[in-house]
Amino acid sequence: MSQDHSLNPETMPHDPSKATTEGKHKFLGLWFFLGGETVLFACFFGTFIALRNSTAGGPTSQELFGLELVFLMTVLLLTSSLTSVYAIYHMKNNDFKKMQLWFGITALLGIGFLACELYEFAHYITEYGFTFRSSAFGSAFYTLVGFHGGHVIFGLSWLIALMVRNAKRGLNLYNAPKYNTFSLYWHFIDVVWVFIFTVVYLMGAVS
Amino acid sequence: MRDKREVYKLSIATTQKKGFGAVLWDYLTTVDHKKIGNMYIAAGAFFFLIGGLEALIIRIQLIKPENDFISAGLYNEMITMHGTTMIFFAATPILIGFMNAIMPLQIGARDVAFPFLNSLGFWLFFFGGVLLNLSWIFGGGAPDAGWTSYAPLSLQSPGHGVDFYVMGLQLSGAGTLMGGINFIVTIVTMRAPGMTYMRMPLFTWTTFVTSILILFAFPALTVGLFLLMFDRMFGSAFFDVALGGNAIIWQHLFWIFGHPEVYILILPAFGIFSEIIPAFSKKRLFGYTSMVFATFLIAFLGFMVWAHHMFTVGLGPVANAIFAVATMAIAVPTGIKIFNWLATMWGGSITINSAMLWALAFIPSFTIGGMTGVMLGAASADYQYHDTYFVVAHFHYVIVGGVVFGIFAATHYWYPKMFGRILHEGLGKLSFWLFFIGFHLTFFIQHFLGLMGMPRRYWVFLENQGLDTGNLISTIGAFLMGLGTIVVLINVVYTAVKGKKVSGDPWDARTLEWAIPSPPPEYNFKQLPLVRGLDPLWIEKTEGKGKMTPAEPVVDIHMPNGSIYPFIMTIGFFIASIGFIFQVDNNLWLLAVYFGMALALGTMVVRSLKDDHGYHIHKEDLEREAD
Repeated sequence: MSQDHSLNPETMPHDPSKATTEGKHKFLGLWFFLGGETVLFACFFGTFIALRNSTAGGPTSQELFGLELVFLMTVLLLTSSLTSVYAIYHMKNNDFKKMQLWFGITALLGIGFLACELYEFAHYITEYGFTFRSSAFGSAFYTLVGFHGGHVIFGLSWLIALMVRNAKRGLNLYNAPKYNTFSLYWHFIDVVWVFIFTVVYLMGAVS
Repeated sequence: MRDKREVYKLSIATTQKKGFGAVLWDYLTTVDHKKIGNMYIAAGAFFFLIGGLEALIIRIQLIKPENDFISAGLYNEMITMHGTTMIFFAATPILIGFMNAIMPLQIGARDVAFPFLNSLGFWLFFFGGVLLNLSWIFGGGAPDAGWTSYAPLSLQSPGHGVDFYVMGLQLSGAGTLMGGINFIVTIVTMRAPGMTYMRMPLFTWTTFVTSILILFAFPALTVGLFLLMFDRMFGSAFFDVALGGNAIIWQHLFWIFGHPEVYILILPAFGIFSEIIPAFSKKRLFGYTSMVFATFLIAFLGFMVWAHHMFTVGLGPVANAIFAVATMAIAVPTGIKIFNWLATMWGGSITINSAMLWALAFIPSFTIGGMTGVMLGAASADYQYHDTYFVVAHFHYVIVGGVVFGIFAATHYWYPKMFGRILHEGLGKLSFWLFFIGFHLTFFIQHFLGLMGMPRRYWVFLENQGLDTGNLISTIGAFLMGLGTIVVLINVVYTAVKGKKVSGDPWDARTLEWAIPSPPPEYNFKQLPLVRGLDPLWIEKTEGKGKMTPAEPVVDIHMPNGSIYPFIMTIGFFIASIGFIFQVDNNLWLLAVYFGMALALGTMVVRSLKDDHGYHIHKEDLEREAD
């Protein structure tokens, strides 16, 4: 296409991420993808709930979980969702620099979350000998939380690739949908974590 | 930058004389939904033949009592591979192939929403099937735990057969999911002007609802396969009772996927018959609105009934009763459909050709399958039928009498649209009668074998228990079906070489795909058509115009570029899958995992770093081409 996709305040459409056909497709396609992801995580949650007391004599959730660390992780991830909202806000105001800045903060918070999760897993393994193979509970715990962590890693790679690729060329109708779909995906990861925090950690530590 | 118009002109010039290498490259890189549809159908037909051969081997083994044609272990591999291949690599992909080839034409779209993803989906399915079948050679035996691969049997299975099952299905499942999302977004956003939801042809409707089913059913399979993979390859304990695991979880996950999968197969077949019966009755589909409603109701109920596969597991009478009632309720919307098809024909001017024969034969055949379904849905009676040949007869009546008949009907109906030539009528009718008679010979008698107590999945049966004649007849029928399939193949090859060329609308049909030339040009519609009601082409014909009114002037058409990335990504995942399977024996295979994943993910990164805006076919070229 010969027309220039870059935006200035005069050519700025109301929502650059949905101004093109491709953008609309991406937006809708990602929503449907998240519908499928919901089933995926629902099945992991179902498996975890069925097996969470099957510790086979190994460590139980009450012995393992410390809510301080999990609370910190929750704060980090929830805040990263908020900062991605700021980023999208700046996208709609056509302020590319501020958008990149807020997405940068989002990435840092996500990395912080991942670091905590790695520390948590390492802690369980070294201190309690609680692994993927210890019991059905162990398998279900590491699979559910690990798949969420895998989604975080994938999301971070996606975001970093986007930020690096577009660092020098500013916002346009080609890359705005990509940033927007990323932010939707990131919110979804956040929602899943809220359920993990409740079902895995709160219910595990209290019951 | 090279002028895209020049490139396009070149491509027209070179279509006439392309070498084998160029054609191969063209198919490896294509993002054209019609070519992808052809590849789905060709690959699915290939797997259909393999699955059919496996079925014949099963039937030879059961031709007489205490036969020793194949060993018990090989028999287990045969039934597993027959079921897995037919469901995942024959029936589903062939239907997705027709969706790809036809659905965008039916809604008046120039393309699908995600052409790149569509291509990736195809290659993942194809290499998943290749991987599964490589287990015969490299797996130390094919998977042998049944197509349902129930734990703990699947955990005990020696060799790598079940590992190939896990990875092959995981690959192709991911591909199917991509196809589903692509279809949903295409139908929501890319309908031609005037094509409201309630004007969409039934095949488009069933594609839409099927895609929704795929979207919500396949992730359950994904999870189940991951758990099985972790248990078999990485020592987790999901299904290991000694460490607190629970094997019933596999059954739930498998059937939460597996029951909707039945409707993923049958709904498109319903859609196909809902196109063929009105076209050859010269009447609009009776009860269109109720057909759409029934499709949704069947899809919804299809999700609510998975536990009817588990009546004898011990979920308890309350759960069994709920799932029994939900199961039987599906007969209501299905009955609505059956009566609507009959009412469509009533008073119509009916043409009986090969496509219509399959549709006519489908109605009683599928109804028998549906009635035995209601019988099986009665939980208390199911304790008697469970795991007997009655079940085998039931699901073959539904899946062969419904889905396979649908696939053959679609082949005869849409072949002229897809390739511009018409299948030979005589051969078409011959193949129909061979297959139809063979089908009923094979499976009708199995109801009685089951009621007499013959269990399914058994390698041999004993003499003088009243099972001899029935099994012999069943085997004879299976060979007739095989013969019928071969005649269809001969017909397809014969037609491709010597078949009669036809115009864009050989059936005097009703829907939009018949408004354009056969085979369709790569951009489908030169000008998007203006849709003025249900059966848009028929409306224009009855008003004497005979062709669609364009909804726009001739404009430049935006087209996506072809890409080799989907193929490379799939190769990456394929290598990684092999690595996962064999790392249990030797840690060095982990290198294959890392290399394969790096190749796949690296290609994704490259794809995201390189902008791909596609190209335009200019309106001057479009106008010239028409002359």
